[in-house]
Amino acid sequence: MRFLMKRNYNQDIQLFKYRSTFFWYLALIIGCCLLPLVLDDYITSQLSFICMYSIATVGLMLLTGYTGQISMGHAAFFGIGAYTSAILTSKGVPFLLALPTAGLLAGFIGIFIGLPALRLSGLYLAIATMGFGFIVDEVLVRWESLTNGNMGMMVDPVSIGPLTFETEVQFYYLTLVVLVLTILAAKNILRSPTGRAMIAIRDSEVAAQAMGISMAKYKTMAFAISAFFTGVAGSLYGHKLTFINPESFTILVSIEFLAMIIIGGLGSLHGAVYGAAFIIFLPQLIIMTKDYMPKYLADQTGLESALYGLMIMLFILFEPMGIYGIWRKKKFYFEMFPLYKKDTFKKEKKYFKAERH
Amino acid sequence: MELFNEIIQTLLSGVSIGCIYGLVALGFVLIFKATEVINFAQGEMMVLGAFIALTLINVFGFSYWAALLLATVGLGIFGLILERLVLRSLIGEPVFAIVMLTIGLGYFVRSSVSMVPTWGTDTYGFTTPFTDKAARYGELVLSWEQLAIIFMTIALILILFAFFRYTRMGVAMRATSQNQLAAVYMGISVNRVFSLTWIISAAVGGFAGVLLSPITFVHMNMGFIGLKAFPAAVLGGFSSIPGAIVGGLIIGVTESLAGVYLPIGWKDVAAWIILIGVLIIRPQGLFGIQEKKKV
Repeated sequence: MRFLMKRNYNQDIQLFKYRSTFFWYLALIIGCCLLPLVLDDYITSQLSFICMYSIATVGLMLLTGYTGQISMGHAAFFGIGAYTSAILTSKGVPFLLALPTAGLLAGFIGIFIGLPALRLSGLYLAIATMGFGFIVDEVLVRWESLTNGNMGMMVDPVSIGPLTFETEVQFYYLTLVVLVLTILAAKNILRSPTGRAMIAIRDSEVAAQAMGISMAKYKTMAFAISAFFTGVAGSLYGHKLTFINPESFTILVSIEFLAMIIIGGLGSLHGAVYGAAFIIFLPQLIIMTKDYMPKYLADQTGLESALYGLMIMLFILFEPMGIYGIWRKKKFYFEMFPLYKKDTFKKEKKYFKAERH
Repeated sequence: MELFNEIIQTLLSGVSIGCIYGLVALGFVLIFKATEVINFAQGEMMVLGAFIALTLINVFGFSYWAALLLATVGLGIFGLILERLVLRSLIGEPVFAIVMLTIGLGYFVRSSVSMVPTWGTDTYGFTTPFTDKAARYGELVLSWEQLAIIFMTIALILILFAFFRYTRMGVAMRATSQNQLAAVYMGISVNRVFSLTWIISAAVGGFAGVLLSPITFVHMNMGFIGLKAFPAAVLGGFSSIPGAIVGGLIIGVTESLAGVYLPIGWKDVAAWIILIGVLIIRPQGLFGIQEKKKV
């Protein structure tokens, strides 16, 4: 186990805790860049999906994992991003401008969702955001002059100046760059006063208010930032699929995002990426294990979503910290090697955490 | 007269679907009042209830009433198993975890239903004593299927009311929902109350599913209608049983009026628009009591 002697305040919030951490992240990025050389096109395109979903889950993680505000309507921001970018590029706006515009519009709408969130918490917020998701979905269906309704619309492939991103490998690099930028931005937000205010709100709203944190400002800000990232992810998603319709942005997608951050591990940016990767590769995993299943079960179409639901339940019941939690425990085990105590991570059992009393 | 009939029929269909929303919302509210858990899988209870009734009627040749009763009882047992296996360990966890757990449960149940032999992903129907019957009053034609939903909902509510008002267990349940600690001191077994809450709630869900079957038919995705019960429950204040029913009726009637008199598309979002409006103006719902949160 390594102990760091902290000599000044800034060491607490610096981006990389140890110098070696920086090195390992650099190695990871280089590794990610080299991946398409050894993988086939299909896996590469799955990797692009992981990157895109990770951008969205990093956004949702900032809101749910760090600010403690649940949102069951994030598919709406995803959809707003996708449609904004698709419509703008079809009108001839360059992609480099359409991408941030998609994020900004989603973020702007996020502010309006953040406003009712000031008065709502927990369950009520979950239901209100779910309602918002339904309303946006219906708007996408009905505003036919703009979105072409249920028929869906074609999305132009991405090009930046002379560069085009048409093959799987090219698109993978594009999403990877955006993902790295997103994570860097999120990391930096989290160590800034804004991010620390968000974490304070999550841990105790009353305590945060007592410290002089403006609830209104930071909650709406959290919604806006989160919606911005999700909108950006939506924009990429539209260009990747080259065809979007409102079906791609229903409540099931919002639930999928939530499932990703829970399975990945709430309250860590690593978790956001792990969760996205896990959910994207889950169908592949199921196909691989199908040979070992009874024939009747393996032929069922509902198998995937049944396992998906089961996975969410098992993680919440047995590993609430998700994949990142497993990783932390394993790491801790080796760091402490002969002295590891299982109860280090044991959660305090609270029988009365009432919101009403 | 023409207009009058049209309005009456719209109102009737609104009230009948509103009863279903109300029953599902009642399921949420019962569980929420007792355990502060929100069951997002309540819609799936409807699916299970409907499929059990379907099998009993079409395969085993039971009568509609016997199937209704058995499906309700069966769902009660299912609720008991669920509470013991999964949900008891979650009391006191953050809202978020519980919401996601029950969503996962919903996925699991819905997909498992599609895997049961002879159930699958198709749409089914069964005949009830009310199929194709209508009550006529001059020009006015009222469908018995809808009237039956309304009458049976009223009957169920009266039974539940009597249970909560006059039986020892009912009073114990009300006491527990007011103050768990005090209830324990009075010698009430809170665990048993929780189990019974889940039993009743799941049974009400199954009952609603069987009632709904003649209108929407039996399908693995019929549980999605349960999502509309959230606005109903919130409108009623989430911890008020009469509130849940009234909320359901308001949502149902608004929806069917919007379906007839507003442009297409409004029907599906009307409930959610009302919900967000209510939450902004009166976050505790129409019947809820604002309770101060302790730190």
